[in-house]
Order: sequence, then structure tokens, then C-alpha cells
Amino acid sequence: MPVDIDIARVAHLARIALGDDELAIYGDQLAHILEHAERVQALPTEGVEPTSHPLPMVNAFRPDVVTGSLERDEALAGAPDTEDGYFRVPKILDES
Amino acid sequence: MTDLADLTIAEAGAGLRAGEFTAVDLLEAVQRRAAVTEAHLHAFLTLDRDGARLAAEAADVAIADRDPRPLLGIPVALKDNMVTKGIETTAASQILAGWIPPYDGTAVRRLKRAGAVIVGKTNLDEFAMGSSTENSAYGTTRNPWNTDTVPGGSSGGSAAAVAVGSALGGFGSDTGGSIRQPAALTGTVGVRPTYGLVSRYGLIAFASSLDQIGTFARSVRDAATLLEAVAGWDPLDATSYHGDVPPLARSIDAGVAGLRVGVVTELTGEGIDPQILAATKAMVDRLSDAGAAVVEISIPAIEYALSAYYLIAPAECSANLARFDGVRYGLRVDGATTEEMMGKTRAEGFGPEVTRRILLGTYALSAGYYDAFYGQAQRVRTLLRNEFATAYAKVDVLVSPTSPTTAFEVGAKTEDPLTMYLSDICTIPTNLAGDAAISVPIGLDDGGLPIGFQIMVPALCEETMFRAAAEVERLAGFAARPPLATSEVVAP
Amino acid sequence: MTHWEAVIGIETHVELQTRSKMFCGCAVDFGDDPNTAVCPVCLALPGALPVPNEAAIEGILSIGDALNCTLTEDSLFYRKNYFYPDLPKNYQISQYTFPLCVDGSLEIDDDEGSATIGITRVHMEEDTGKSTHVGESGRIHGAEHTLLDFNRAGVPLVEIVSEPDIRTPEQARAYGAELQRVVRALGVSDARLEEGSMRFDVNTSIRPAGADDLGTRTEIKNVNSLRSMQRAIAYEIDRQIAVVEAGGTVKQETRHWDESASVTKPGRAKEESEDYRYFQDPDLLPLHVDADWRRRVARRRPELPAARRARFRGLGADRRTAELLADAEDLAALFEAAVTAGADARTVGIWLTGEVVAYLRREELELASTGLDAAALAQLSAMTAQGELSATAAKEVLGAALAGEGAPREIAVSRDLLQVSDEGAIEAEVAAVLEQHPDARDKIRAGDMKPIGFLVGQVMRATGGKADPKVVQELIRRRAPE
Repeated sequence: MPVDIDIARVAHLARIALGDDELAIYGDQLAHILEHAERVQALPTEGVEPTSHPLPMVNAFRPDVVTGSLERDEALAGAPDTEDGYFRVPKILDES
Repeated sequence: MTDLADLTIAEAGAGLRAGEFTAVDLLEAVQRRAAVTEAHLHAFLTLDRDGARLAAEAADVAIADRDPRPLLGIPVALKDNMVTKGIETTAASQILAGWIPPYDGTAVRRLKRAGAVIVGKTNLDEFAMGSSTENSAYGTTRNPWNTDTVPGGSSGGSAAAVAVGSALGGFGSDTGGSIRQPAALTGTVGVRPTYGLVSRYGLIAFASSLDQIGTFARSVRDAATLLEAVAGWDPLDATSYHGDVPPLARSIDAGVAGLRVGVVTELTGEGIDPQILAATKAMVDRLSDAGAAVVEISIPAIEYALSAYYLIAPAECSANLARFDGVRYGLRVDGATTEEMMGKTRAEGFGPEVTRRILLGTYALSAGYYDAFYGQAQRVRTLLRNEFATAYAKVDVLVSPTSPTTAFEVGAKTEDPLTMYLSDICTIPTNLAGDAAISVPIGLDDGGLPIGFQIMVPALCEETMFRAAAEVERLAGFAARPPLATSEVVAP
Repeated sequence: MTHWEAVIGIETHVELQTRSKMFCGCAVDFGDDPNTAVCPVCLALPGALPVPNEAAIEGILSIGDALNCTLTEDSLFYRKNYFYPDLPKNYQISQYTFPLCVDGSLEIDDDEGSATIGITRVHMEEDTGKSTHVGESGRIHGAEHTLLDFNRAGVPLVEIVSEPDIRTPEQARAYGAELQRVVRALGVSDARLEEGSMRFDVNTSIRPAGADDLGTRTEIKNVNSLRSMQRAIAYEIDRQIAVVEAGGTVKQETRHWDESASVTKPGRAKEESEDYRYFQDPDLLPLHVDADWRRRVARRRPELPAARRARFRGLGADRRTAELLADAEDLAALFEAAVTAGADARTVGIWLTGEVVAYLRREELELASTGLDAAALAQLSAMTAQGELSATAAKEVLGAALAGEGAPREIAVSRDLLQVSDEGAIEAEVAAVLEQHPDARDKIRAGDMKPIGFLVGQVMRATGGKADPKVVQELIRRRAPE
């Protein structure tokens, strides 16, 4: 039973700019994988709590203490583009 | 005289303390091994000659001072998804090409504090996603037992390096089996610890609720020694286990008399290579002869483990990999707007498997699908954990093959993603449960390729795991080494 | 002619002034130098992990408690996934189901009266970095490129969501102001709108008065002051009414308040609904706030503004004075100390909110640097009550005391401001004046009180203005018939 996927929307949500051919391929592959993954739906799970944590622990905190930061040149060292201590990116909005 | 590169960590430690050789000698031995084998294997992405040399020299000073640390001067290899300050860290992805981290991960810091000598960073499937190391953006690693085959994945580089002697110990990460499966395929010992036992701070995240750093070695005792050096609570990782680390190797020589062993029905039948099944069964019989109480245990939810994993892991990774956007580090492909820049950067920077999983995960979390996919998978996970708990009420350890096949040829499983995913059917259940497991080499198949035996234990029961594993190791008497494990130049 | 009702809900973000950030050890109090308070965690370097700041958790619990919320026993962190360059992880750690505080309320007063505004939830999240759009206008449209500073990324942020119980722009302002007071009284944030440590997003819709259904709402983001918020809401209500009465429908969208043009304007044209793909953050453990912890939070609750205002009114201050005093920590402290020392609450309240505030503003001083203390106020109050100082004289003494000239009595003496209220001292003067003006005296004897003022003036002149006019008047009244 093929799963209907709006692959273009998914790629947009994930911000991966794929061409139409690629989208078609990935869409097919995803549908194929999901057919298999969908099998989880066969198991009855009413009343079952989801696990998002393997360990039964709660409340891991840190004290409110300043432990220091990176030097700015360390922080900017790997940056593709900087200006005057800032990270620089292209404009955020498309004018059109 | 044994090539120093062929020593175990225990032997090397004893030799160093006895003054038979120096840490520098040891380092040079593994570096010679690497020099000879790398052309065939490509296990390493980066070799840190200078750093390793300094560490070895420092170790020699400490050894002369009778410093008792067990990893002092021991050359180890780290999977390239472990962040190392000042040493390029790429996660085998183009998107991090040339990235030099400004910090060390906690496990790395602890290894340095232990006096270990980090020889270099090893190859992996990109962002730890894969079971063959073929998904690396920097070329595939080959299996030293047969270079037409894969070493397994995703920690294939560390596995191959340890198998061949380019390091005496290795570190990798295991999210769905990425240490155990390559260990099985390369005839080494591979440990996946209890979730939370080793800090994930500094491990480039794939699936946060499943990832753990673990160890590779050529003996069970060595694997435990390596684990001890990095295990323990880390205030920088909120998910790290807050209690005391249980003594891992305390019962390593205790044998298996009275140990209750459960053979997992669902993992010892269809889908497993017949030679592997036979070897597994033979080992189980020998355990029984050695005094273990063996029973069959069924864990029905295992049928759904792979499906649940391929919803949970991609969902978590889709968020974990969102930070790779060309803004603060890594690759940037220019665009007229930031949005365009991000889209192009990620399209070019991520390989197909990573792209696939991000898309899958994004879909599984999206509105309208969350409950049926991700939500349901997390509930199935609870069912599986409950079944494991029931099983462990009856037995101390569960056993199975580590991998359904021995090493397969490069390119054999890359046609259909699902085929590759099936490599992990034996290992994935442990990750979903958050438990610990180990793979121990027990023999070779007809093709001369290693077979791995898996021992699973409940969370924090590593002591029992190493105890059973040491006995399996003794019973197997597996002493074979891959043909490439030599420092003599091999003719092409 | 339809009567319209406005339905308003406000989402408030408060930056907590903890020492370190929400999930890492970078300092919160950073200067202007960009990217000097960043680390692998808040920069979202590969391999970094968040660990929650326990003081931030205590801070949000205090806010929830002060807003009469139920503190959730088992609460979770979630990832809110969206891409934006000022959000390093491209997800924000936040809360979704099971927020830390739910079902609270806040009492507000405005000119129309009191109202109780429901609080739906209070939850914990982290702030983003700051983006500077560089181009012609510095606004996002027309920018050439954008500069990013991540100093603010990861600062603890509390989101407070009100029920849509607010009905007028004035109520909205009163809600915003009271929330600001509560947060400041707790000491968890300076809650300054102009600095961005408190921000409001307002949801506004209209419906026919008496209807149950909600109309389509618009969101107005980031109004920079209470006044702007009030004006923006007023404008938006009118705008929506005009749209609907002209036969159109209100479009669901985000709008921005343009202060100079005094209008709300639509946000970006493409407003696709975001799919945040919320899921529980696997890097963080669940929060368990047990009964003991909840008790500790309740026990440390300070006197909240409403309670303080009520208490000041109980002491005798009028409503407006009580409000003003309760809002100013230092004035309130001095007020209480003075009343404790015996000063008359009403009088001191008026002095503090009148003369003292005016003085401080004029001289650009803080109360603490003036040296005016409770003892001085008590003394001054007693002297006034006993008639030693007229109201005018008292103000002059107060001014001098603020300027550090000394204690009130010293000042009164050295400036010769003391009134004589002792009857015996004035008797002679009164008798003399009555003697000098027999016609006036006769009129008074006959029952005509009009000349009293004139006679009082005469006595005042004779005493050099020192006599207490009230006492003079009383004496004249008594002595005249004799």
C-alpha cells in the first residue's frame, strides 16, 4: 500500500533544495521505506506510554554559574563569512 | 618478537611498565602498520602524527614515574564523529569538510587525561548513518579480511584499524549497531554500553535517545579497559547516568557456571546466514557445557523493532542535523537569500543516505503523521522494553548472532536502502531498549570472514556482560588475524 | 448597527536575569560586543548538548506561582523545529504539552474597574540570537545582508499566555503593566520593554457583542511600550470593524505596529502556516516538580504588587498614592519605615509621591543619595500634625531635608518656619487686634463671621506670619463675644 507523500513540502520543511528528479527518487524511496516502517501501526498500543527516554531519570540541572565562553575568534573561526565580529549571511527575505 | 602493533592493550601496558619498550616505540609500530595498510583499507580520515608523538613522549615520562594508569601510552583511534579540538572532524560529510573544532568532547578529554595516545580519526558512514561505511563522503573503508568487502558500519574505520593493528584500541558510536556489527564483520570485540554510561557531549548527534560511544579492541578485557576510561557521569550531558559506574571487569574471570542464558528466538531463525546460525548454536552448546543454564526466549516485539527504529532515529536526526545550515561553520553554498543558501548548502553537503533519513524523519514528525508514525514508534518501543524486562526476569543475558551476514561485497547492498537496513536486525533491539551489548568474534565462515556472537544485558549490567563475553572468548579461542595485519608491504 | 466586542489575548515573553544562560554557562549579562558570550552549546556546534539552568526553573516556577497557576508535577521539554539564521540549532528548546505552569489568573484594575484575566500557561524556552539587517533602511525589506550576534541566543525566556479575556485596549495595557510589576517584584527580570527583556505579542479579534464564537484573529508582534500596545490594539479593533462592516472578512495574519504612522501593517506576504513538528527533546530529562518543591516555591513568594497596594491603602494611603508607592521599591520602603516610625500614612504618601518624586526628577537623583530617612519623615509628620508647621512650610522643610540641610526641626528653626500654636502665646495678639478693630468685633458678636478672615490676617501680620492660622481663628471666635 503506497504512502502518499508531498515530498516537495517535506524537502522544504527540511530546507534541502532538491531538483525535481531527485525529489521523485527520494519520494519513491521514502514511500518504500515507510511501507515497511508502517508495520508499527499493526501493534496495539492503547494505554501504552511512549518512551522518549531509556533511563528513568528526571531533573538533570546545572547550577546558575558562569563557566565562561569561547574567545570570539575561536567562535568565528569556522564561519564561512563574518564582518566586524558578526556572522554574516545573505539577506533573509526575497524581495519578490 | 611480536610486532608491537599486534599486542593487546593489556600486553602493551605490561610491556611498557616493564620497560621492554617505550610508548614512542609502540606508536611507531602502529604508525608503520598504518603506513602499510592504509592504501588498501582507508580506515583513517586524519592521522595526527604530531599530537600522537607528543602524547607518547609525555606518556613515557609518566611511565618512568611509575604512573599506573592502564591506558598510558596506548595508541587508540577515534571515529570521526567524536569532536577533537584542533583536529579536523568531519563526520565523514562534505558539510563539515575542513572543520577544526574549538573544543574536545568529554570522552576525548577523558582519554587524554588517561594518557592514551590518539593516533587519528577514522572513517564512518556519513553522520553515522549506515552499516557498511560506504556512505562516507571520503571513500569507503575496506575490510582487512577481504578488501573486496566492507568492514561494516557505521564505525567501519575504527573496526578496521583495530582489526589490522593500526591502533590497539578504538572508539566508535552505536545507534543501531554501528559498533557491534562492524566488530562482527572485522573479527574484533565491539561494545555498546548502557545508554547514558558514556557522555554524548562531543559526539556529533545522530539519534539522541539511541547514540552511545563504545569501544573496539582485540580482547574482551581490553574493551572493558577502554570503556572504563570514558564511562561516568558528565555534567555537560543531561542524559548521562548519574549513579556510580559499576565495576565493569570485576567478574571477567568468573566463568559462566550458573549464568542463565536466553537464546533469542526471533534472531536465530529466518534471515540469518546458515553458517552464522550454526556457529551461534555451537557456541551456545559450549556455554551450556561450561555450566550456563540455557533456554529459548521469545521477544515478539522484535519483529517491529526495525520499523520503529527507522521512524525514531530519522525523526531525531532530522532535528539534530538542522544545525548544518552554512551559517556558523562548515560548508556554505552561496545563495541570493539565506533561505536559498541553506537549501543549496544542505543539498550539496549531505549525501543520499543522510538526505533520505532527514526527509523520512521530517515526514514522520509532520503534522497529521506524528501520531501514526513517530508517536506509534515510541509506544512500540515501550512494548519492546517491557518484553525485554520480562525476559531479563528469567535470564541474566540474551544471546544471538551480531549480524545476519558476514562481510558483504562493496556495492552489494547499496541498490535498495531497505536491504542495508536489514543488516541491523540483531543489534537494533538493544538500542531501543537502552541496554548494553557486546560482539565477540567466534570463528570464520567458509569464505574466511569473521562471525560475531552477541551478548545482551539489561542496563548497567556490564559486569555480567563482560563476564559472559570473556567466557565466550575463551571457548572460541579465536586467534586468527586478517591477512593484512602485517607491517610487511603487501604486493598489490 | 452592530455593537462589536473585542476579544484580546496577550502572549508575553520575559527574559530571566539569571547569571548564566538557559542551557550553558555563558554569561547572560553581556555587553555590546557581538559574539563574546557564546560557546559550543549556544552556538549549536556539532556535538554540543543542553543542560537546564536550575535558577531559571526556579524563576519560572515563581512566576507561575505568583500568577496563581498550578505547577505541573511532570513537565517536558520539546523541540520546536523551524529554520531561521538567528536560531542556531534551527530548533528552539521549548515546551508544548505539559508546560511547567497552567491555569492561573491575574487581577487588573483600570478606569472601568477590576477584571480577572486568566493565564492559560507559563512555559520555559530559550531566546534567539539577534539579527541586524544591513541595507538601506536597516529593516528587513531592502537588506543587502544580515549580521548575526548570538550573545542573546540561549538566554532563559519565559512565555506567559493569557486567556482571551481582555476586552479593551486599556485593559490590555493594565494587564501588561501589572504583569511587569509582578515580574519585577519577584526579582527575576527587569522586564523592560524598551530593552526587550519583556515583549508582548497581541492577538486581537472582534465579534458581535454577546456572541460566543471567536472571530478571526490577527497577531500584532513586538510592540515596544505599553502605550504602543494600547494604541496598536485600539487601531486594530477599529480596522477590523471597518473591514467587516464594509462586507469583507478579517484575514488571519501577523501584523506590525508602525509607531510613526500609527497603523498596523501586514507582515510578510507569504504566511504559510508553520509546521513545527514538536517532539519531546531527547537531550533533556523530564522535569519533576514534587509537592515539597511546590511548597518551597509558595513559601518564598514575596509580597506581590496587588497585596502591597492593598496594604498601603489599609495604612491610609489613597488608591492612586498606593499604586505609585507600590511601583517604586525605594519609595515604598521609605514609606513603610516612616509609617512604622509614627508618621501619618496619608500625609507621607502624598509627600513621597508628590514633592519627593518631583525633587528627584528635577535634581536627577536617586532616593538613596538624598539622605531623607524615616526618622525625618516621622518628625516632619509629627510637627505638621501638632500645628508647628503649616502645609506650605512643611513642603519647604521637606525640600531642604532632601537637599541634606539637616533634620526637619533644625531646618524649621534655622529658617524660622515654626508656627506658634500655643494659645497662650497668641492670646495677647488676639486681644490686641480685637481692641484695635471694635467694629469687626461687634459684627462678630452679632453673629456675622465675615470679618474673621481680616482679623486673622491682622494677627498673622502682628506675629510675623508665625501664628497657626487655625488656632488664631479659633481664638478670635472665642474671644470676640467677650
